[in-house]
Amino acid sequence: MTVTDAPLPPRKIAWQLGQVQALVVETGGVKSIILKPMNWSGHWPGQHVDIRLTADDGYRAERSYSIASPPEDKLLTITVEQVKDGEVSSYLLDELRVGDALEFRGPIGGYFVWHQRLGGPLCLIAGGTGITPLMAMLRHREKSLDRIPASLIYSARSLPDIVYREELERMARRGNDLRLVYALTREQPRDWVGHRGRIDEALLANNGFPREQNPMFYVCGPTGFVEGVSGMLVRLGYDPASIKTERFGPSGG
Amino acid sequence: MNENEPPVSRGFKSRRDSSAKTRLPPGQYLTTDFPVLSAGPTPDIRVADWKLGLQLSGSLLGVWTWEEFEALPQTTIKTDIHCVTKWTKLDTVWQGVTFDDLLEAAGLREAPEGFVMAHCDGGYTTNIPIADLIAGKAMIATRYAGLPIAPSHGGPARLVVPHLYFWKSAKWLRRLRFMSKDEPGFWESRGYHNHGDPWREQRYDGD
Repeated sequence: MTVTDAPLPPRKIAWQLGQVQALVVETGGVKSIILKPMNWSGHWPGQHVDIRLTADDGYRAERSYSIASPPEDKLLTITVEQVKDGEVSSYLLDELRVGDALEFRGPIGGYFVWHQRLGGPLCLIAGGTGITPLMAMLRHREKSLDRIPASLIYSARSLPDIVYREELERMARRGNDLRLVYALTREQPRDWVGHRGRIDEALLANNGFPREQNPMFYVCGPTGFVEGVSGMLVRLGYDPASIKTERFGPSGG
Repeated sequence: MNENEPPVSRGFKSRRDSSAKTRLPPGQYLTTDFPVLSAGPTPDIRVADWKLGLQLSGSLLGVWTWEEFEALPQTTIKTDIHCVTKWTKLDTVWQGVTFDDLLEAAGLREAPEGFVMAHCDGGYTTNIPIADLIAGKAMIATRYAGLPIAPSHGGPARLVVPHLYFWKSAKWLRRLRFMSKDEPGFWESRGYHNHGDPWREQRYDGD
């Protein structure tokens, strides 16, 4: 693993209250929460925040959520998926309202990050809501004047399960060297000409840039997905140090 | 923000459970499965090529092949583990060689003072005070729940320091290096706490 030139976070990552500005339904069981922080010194795409909920008897629950918004935005967006029996995700999806205060702190994490100065080519590989930190990278890339070559290989159960689909397709249509590839694992539209089933080595080889270009890989999704994809990339001959991974545990909530 | 007066999250219902409470550090939740967290791909390590080194300054105090390491005194522990990403798993069972037994195998009567840097396949490092490794507090584990540790969980051999956040329990361990002066490891130089005591919720720098 190599050292990135991401800056160190501030010495003390203090808890603060953010005001919920908007709630956006992304897909069934997935919402984005748009927060107005009290103090925000900026973040790198790929970093996350911790959210803390407190009940009236003092009981607390904390979880981490990736930031979906680029550093250029004043408001922070996190995208939350319903986890079965998840006390925090259930609250965020079913109970939280616009105008509520949400306690959080961040940004956290200095390794799974990308910013324009790191250049490309950039190969992002998402499984399900693992798209969230990668979306912050793509949104940040969109703000850049450089046309950094990038590809997103996004595995989801079905087309309606693709989070940020409209925005992704708009980005890809802009023709600024972004290749968008979906792998639909369970259900495909009748006229689907794209990839069916899980991501495989051929799909990665065809969309992951040649080895000579030294692409940078960011792989995010459930544990099994990340283990599978990163193993395939290593077998395809890519340098393990060029593959950064973030795993969403199967449990959580 | 005043830490003594947590702002109540409107409509958030308590799930306080007094039975597990004493075993759950602040901000943690219980999980029954075993999530995997690593910064990169899982390396493919063959035990035939595996060696563990114990290093002091420029010299090696000991090197063990897999067979030699397996012949060292074995200890089994049952312990709770706490990941900085908030999950806690109770009653995990690990088998391996305690740090104390490793020192003895290297012919050391007493541990040197200071710190240890754990070095791993893939370049991962983490720093731990020696005081947190001795007196039965840590082991180099080779079995989990009676079976060889799966590669994604750090096999063939990983450090287990259960009283600290689990990023200190380095996967794919290859070398332990004594240091008289503390140095930050991989996560410790990327905003994570230098010590990482879950009971004091030392997750990030400055906690």
